[in-house]
Amino acid sequence: MSEKVLEIQRATLTLGERTIWSGLDLSLEPGEFLAVIGPNGSGKTSLLKAILGRLEINPGSISVFGGPVAKARSRIGYIPQQRTAEQSAGLRGQDLVALGIDGHVWGPPIRSRKNRERVAKALEQIGAEELAKIPVGLLSGGQQQRLRVAQALVGAPGLLLCDEPFLSLDLKYQQKLIEVIQAHRRQSAMSVVFVTHDVNPILGMVDRILYFTGGKFLLGTPAEVLDSGVLSEVYDTKVEVLREKGRVNVIGLPTEAIHHHEFEGEGL
Amino acid sequence: MNPALGVATGFWDQIFDFSDYGELISLVSNTLLAGLALGLMGGLVGIFVMTRDLAFAVHGISELSFAGAAAALLLGASVVVGSITGSLLAAILFGLLGSKARDRNSIVAVLMPFGLGLGILFLALYEGRAANKFGLLIGQIVAVDGPELGWLILVSALAIAGLLAIWRPLTFATADEEVAAARGVPVTLVSVLFMVILGLATAVSVQIVGALLVLALLVTPAAAALRVTSSPVLAPVLSMLFAVVSVVGGTLLALGGSMPISPYITTVSFLIYLACRLLAAPASRRLKSRLNASSAS
Repeated sequence: MSEKVLEIQRATLTLGERTIWSGLDLSLEPGEFLAVIGPNGSGKTSLLKAILGRLEINPGSISVFGGPVAKARSRIGYIPQQRTAEQSAGLRGQDLVALGIDGHVWGPPIRSRKNRERVAKALEQIGAEELAKIPVGLLSGGQQQRLRVAQALVGAPGLLLCDEPFLSLDLKYQQKLIEVIQAHRRQSAMSVVFVTHDVNPILGMVDRILYFTGGKFLLGTPAEVLDSGVLSEVYDTKVEVLREKGRVNVIGLPTEAIHHHEFEGEGL
Repeated sequence: MNPALGVATGFWDQIFDFSDYGELISLVSNTLLAGLALGLMGGLVGIFVMTRDLAFAVHGISELSFAGAAAALLLGASVVVGSITGSLLAAILFGLLGSKARDRNSIVAVLMPFGLGLGILFLALYEGRAANKFGLLIGQIVAVDGPELGWLILVSALAIAGLLAIWRPLTFATADEEVAAARGVPVTLVSVLFMVILGLATAVSVQIVGALLVLALLVTPAAAALRVTSSPVLAPVLSMLFAVVSVVGGTLLALGGSMPISPYITTVSFLIYLACRLLAAPASRRLKSRLNASSAS
């Protein structure tokens, strides 16, 4: 039997007085791709933080690679929501990426040839070679985001957690990100938890969808979750899911749900 | 003879005088040794003072270190121990209370004058030699004697070793605290450890260049180095080199004259910074325009 990458049991997350979600059961197989969608504030980012042990769940339990997350940290790659670097000097693109290999290890910044080559390869995969020698503080948000992707993947993680990684990437690099994630899944059966507000660009590789909405959640294959009947029941109104040329459009969501989604058009 | 020329010669004689130089050097070999240790440590620590945006905090720590040293002077205790106590207290306080730059700056700004005021009170109460009083503020490196030298070198070595040990996790926590924590870096522990190291470094610097001029060692060399390179290996090496040249070079220049040593150190350090800025300006302009062009495309 293969080791579970992630196992969440009867988990409830409460922030202050508010229950964000409750009774969440989820287990992730090696190589599995889970998309997490839902309106803002429905607990998508909080799920990642709970997996990382930054938010406490109560009751419930979360184990990563069969144990507490503290023992699995070096096997997790994490791409947080995009923001600009605080540091302006003293760190170049390749140095930021190298921290993904050895940033948690005590010692001075002396790196072996093997690790330097891994960094170069990770930069190349996401199309960021030209950023290797440039101080991070000079780079744009999108350029920094490419470096974060390389940093999260350079350590060959068994589990990749990413939070809206497409936000500041243009189409070309969104495509690159998809390619490099797929390559890691093929080579090392990396599992992925991918938080996004638009599932369409990744629909082709999603195994299951976790859909948070108003304290409830749906978990299942895209066909199961993105279903007119299922969504109509969730929202208690007539919702229609249209499939067209590989894209999914959801029609008839209540206005507050659309508002929270910050949809561009009505793609889900 | 032109009287104006005579005055000018006297002026320069006070600042530079290299007669009997060999003899003087043997007298200050202790001082040079202390300067070397201080330069290596200051240059190294300075890199993180710059990248973690702690320059103002360093200034605050040095004033509280001054207060500690003044208290020790009054009580007849060791000035080095007093100075280290003061700066460690300040450094840990700033580290714990002000993890965000804005909070930290206001805490530093509140505590700094209080510390300086205490120091002045202690000095006013002290009835010993006046030179001791002034030295704490503007430096007294020439007064470094045997046992004190041992202390200074030991503390510098400890600070350097400690900093090298936490270098990578500290870099990670500085660059991206959230991801560093996710990857298992104990970010709070690492930043408190750094503040302890910074406190030690400041206390040692206060002994040598004085509380008011500590920034010339803990900030200027690193700022100069980071102007010319962003390499994580070259930047600290250059910064150490600049700091050593400033302290040792400044000391050697000061030997003959009758002036205090600090202005020589601060001037050398400033000139190095100026040179690095000028040197790096064309390259950094080219890089910026290239980046603008590529992100616009």
